[in-house]
Formats: sequence, C-alpha cells, structure tokens
Amino acid sequence: MTKSYLSLEFIDKSFERGSTRTEVLKQVSVSADKGEFISIIGHSGCGKSTLLNIVAGLTQATTGVVLLDGKVVDQPGPDRAVVFQNHSLLPWLTVYENVRLAVDKVFSATRRKRERHDWTMRNLELVQMAHAADKRPSEVSGGMKQRVGIARALAMEPKVLLLDEPFGALDALTRAHLQDQVMQIHATLGNTVLMITHDVDEAVLLSDRIVMMTNGPSSRIGEILDVPLARPRRRIELASDRTYLKCREAVLKFLYERHRFVEAAE
Amino acid sequence: MSVTNLKLKPQAAPQPPDQVIPLGHPGRPGTDSRLARLAAQTVTNLVPLLVTLSLFLLAWQLICSSPASSLPAPTRVLEESWDLIVHPFYTGQGVDQGLFWHVFASLQRVALGYAMAAVVGIALGVLVGQSALAMRGLDPIFQVLRTVPPLAWLPLSLAAFQDGNPSAIFVIFITAIWPIIINTAVGIRNIPQDYQNVAKVLRLNGFEYFGKIMLPAAAPYIFTGLRIGIGLSWLAIVAAEMLIGGVGIGFFIWDAWNSSLISDIIVALIYVGIVGFLLDRLIALIGRAITRGTANS
Repeated sequence: MTKSYLSLEFIDKSFERGSTRTEVLKQVSVSADKGEFISIIGHSGCGKSTLLNIVAGLTQATTGVVLLDGKVVDQPGPDRAVVFQNHSLLPWLTVYENVRLAVDKVFSATRRKRERHDWTMRNLELVQMAHAADKRPSEVSGGMKQRVGIARALAMEPKVLLLDEPFGALDALTRAHLQDQVMQIHATLGNTVLMITHDVDEAVLLSDRIVMMTNGPSSRIGEILDVPLARPRRRIELASDRTYLKCREAVLKFLYERHRFVEAAE
Repeated sequence: MSVTNLKLKPQAAPQPPDQVIPLGHPGRPGTDSRLARLAAQTVTNLVPLLVTLSLFLLAWQLICSSPASSLPAPTRVLEESWDLIVHPFYTGQGVDQGLFWHVFASLQRVALGYAMAAVVGIALGVLVGQSALAMRGLDPIFQVLRTVPPLAWLPLSLAAFQDGNPSAIFVIFITAIWPIIINTAVGIRNIPQDYQNVAKVLRLNGFEYFGKIMLPAAAPYIFTGLRIGIGLSWLAIVAAEMLIGGVGIGFFIWDAWNSSLISDIIVALIYVGIVGFLLDRLIALIGRAITRGTANS
C-alpha cells in the first residue's frame, strides 16, 4: 500500500437499531496526498456525510481505519477542522470570538495572547470578514457566516480541512464567490481538503480528484475521476474548456445514468 | 371599482430641476422629535390601561358603596388606610412597621431561598440534562415532588429547623427549584448537535464545554425556569409568612385580617401584586441582557 498523507482504508459503517442492521458504507478506501483537493460526490443518503464524520472522528467506523500523517484517527481533533454545512457558529459569540475560541484552544500553549489576536484577525482577513469582527452571527448574511466558519477552521491550522457541503445552503452567486475564495485559499496555503458535495460543477471546478459514491444503503466507491485541469482555474474560461466539459459529463453520467437516485424502498 | 379611475396621466411628470444630493447623513432627527415620539408612544400605551383602571375603580366604588357592604369601597380604603399608604417607611415596635419594611423582610427571605434554588436547581438540571443515568434516577422523583404544594412543606420544615424564618426560606427554596431544574435539563438536552461537534473538534474540556457551550446554549431555557421560579417564590412567601408570623407582608395581611382591617389588606395586596410584577420583570430583563443573540443562530 502506498503511503499517503490521508488514507481511509476499508471503511465499513453500519448502524444498529434494535435487531435491524443498516449498512451505510462498505469497503470505502480513499487516499489523498498532501495539498490535494478531493471531493466526494453522491446522491443524498449515500453516506458521504457519515464518511466525513468518520474522518473527523465524530463517528467511529465499524471496521477499517483512517490514517492521517501516519497516525490512526480515533477521536475528533483540531488537526481535522470541519466546516459544517450550517456554519455552526456559536450565536452568543461575535464573529471574532468564534474564531478566537478556536485559536485560543489550539494555540494556548504555543502562542502569546497578542499573537493569538493577530492570528485570529489574519484568518478573518483571509476570508474578508475582518470588517465584521464585532458582529454577531445573527447580524451577518448566510455567506458571511460560512466564511467565518471557514476562517475558524483555517485558524486551527489543520492537517486536513473537511468541508461538509459548505455551500449547500447558499444562493448560486454567493456560492460561486465562496468557491473562488476557497480555491484562492487552497492555492495560497496548500491545504489538504476533503469536501462533500452534491454539486457537479463545484466538484469539477475545485477538485483534483472526484470520488463518486454509489447509492446507499451500503454505498461503495463507484469511480474515482482525476480532474487534470491546471490551476489557477477560472470558472468563465472553464465553461467552454474541453477537459472541464468531459469531466463534468463523466460525473453527470455516473450520477444520472448508472446510479440514478432511487427512493429507498421500505 | 371602475377602471377609468386608474388611468394614468398622459403627460410626463414634471422633472424637478437638477439638484445636488448631499452625501452622508442629512442631519440627525432632532432630540426634540425623538422625545416627542417617545411621549406619544407612552400615551398610546398608557391610555387604555388608565381607562380600564378607572372603569374598574368605578365599578368597585358602585358595588361596595352601600353601608351594608362587607368590603370597603376605594374611597373608604383611602380614608381608613391613609396612614399606611403615606408612611411606608414607618418603624415601630415589633411587627408594627411600614409596608416597605414588611415587603423588604419578605424580599430578603425570597432572595435567600431563591438564590439557593437557582444554584442548586441549575446544578441538578445540568446533571439530569447531561446524564441519562441521572435522568432515569432523579427525574421521576422530581416529577412527584414538584406537585407537592409549597405550604405542605412548611410543617415538615418547621419540624426540621425548629424556627420560623429558615422554614419560610426553605419553602421558597423547595417551591422555586422544580421549574429551574426541569427547564435547565430541557435546555441542556436540546443543545444542538452542531455545537457539540464544534466542542469535540476543538477538544474543549469539561469546564470549557460547561462555560462556553452548555451554559450559553441553555441560557434561554434556564431563564424561563428562573422566571417561573421567582413567580412561584413570591406566591409561596405570602402564604408561608401567614403561618410563621414576624415581620413580612404575608403576616401583615394575616394580622390585618385578625384585626378586621380590611382596607389594610387591600393596600397590602396592591403592594404584593406590584412587587411580584417587578420581580418577574427584573428576571426577564436580566435574562434578555444575558441571552442577547442566543435566540436565533
């Protein structure tokens, strides 16, 4: 087995409720190199969020292991910062305090107060939210909240950034803007990113590789697609790019021809 | 409606001459106009209240004005209890005190009993909300005990403390604690999974989780419990003081009844009502100040 930075090896996950046992994931193996941007795409209910939670350590795999930088992942931690779908900012803290909480926790021993303040502001500036540092989450828009969520995750200096459908709840224009910002941050910081999405364009635009999941229950990896597009990528130029279109077609075909979404028959 | 009325005028609207639109604030609305608006608002809010109050007093006056009436009319209350009304800070011997001192004594008991109930109640609520085991073990007991009427605890606490004052405080404590426990527990149990996930990813320890996530997230529920608790405390103290005696608004009412001073009772009731209202508002205000921004995420 090749040594990757992040590797998920033969993950099985099943939930047991009483006597019924539901298999969600079956034999899922993914690996990512350092700095790679990987998307996991699939229809809803295919267990992609469960997979992300396993990497985050919020859920335990039934069998199989997750290795990050040579170490087994068995509990949540700031080295795998998560950007949650619904931002999950603490509403009683200001934008600044939300990020500062993470900074204080992660760097309490290694950085001084002054440095922690600067680092908090640096990350807010990175997502262009420094101007709203003293606002509460309820006072800023949905896209801004998500940007703060991203700043909070980045501020932890994670080894892997986990994005759980981070733009799912946003309108198309805000989403595009945030995608560009994430691409820029990825280009600047070179993070390793694992992103869950159900948006084909988003997956092709952002990722180096796209992991396509079959329908649940007991989803497997159906196909892994390389996206050989040079960076930096610009969405307008790509709109007519042949490689882009081919990748897009491949994902669409997978999702809508071979693994069409079927309502789970009870 | 006839359609012809809606016809637009064919001529173009007269164009105003070009103007320079000043940037920035075109001058703040003056303090005067703001004050005027505030005054107008107060009047709109107060007038209906004043109307109902006068109607109520009028009806009371009409019903109780016959000499055979067993209850005094408002004018008689004023006449008979004038000393009591105008000298709230009077100090005399023993229980012969102005109404302020009676209320103050009652408030002291409530403050003590309620403060203890708040601390113990929130602690127990956190325990029950946090641990399924504690929930199974304690919740049925709470559910049974909370239905015991406050005054039923009084004989037992008199037997335990052998003294009136601590017994009254205990009655307040035991009355106020149930809604605080139950609401806190509900608040803790309803902490969104998202916040718990954030805490897990950040690896917050027990204390940090308690202070930074649990208390703020449950605060709206806790304050609901605290608000119900203060209302019940005030209800219970009046009843308890009737039985234990000494200085206090409850005993004052009982004493007035024993001396057939019905007008004094009415004045005291107004005091009880207003103080209870202020207590409720006070807790609501503190709650709103503390939980600012928590309600919507």
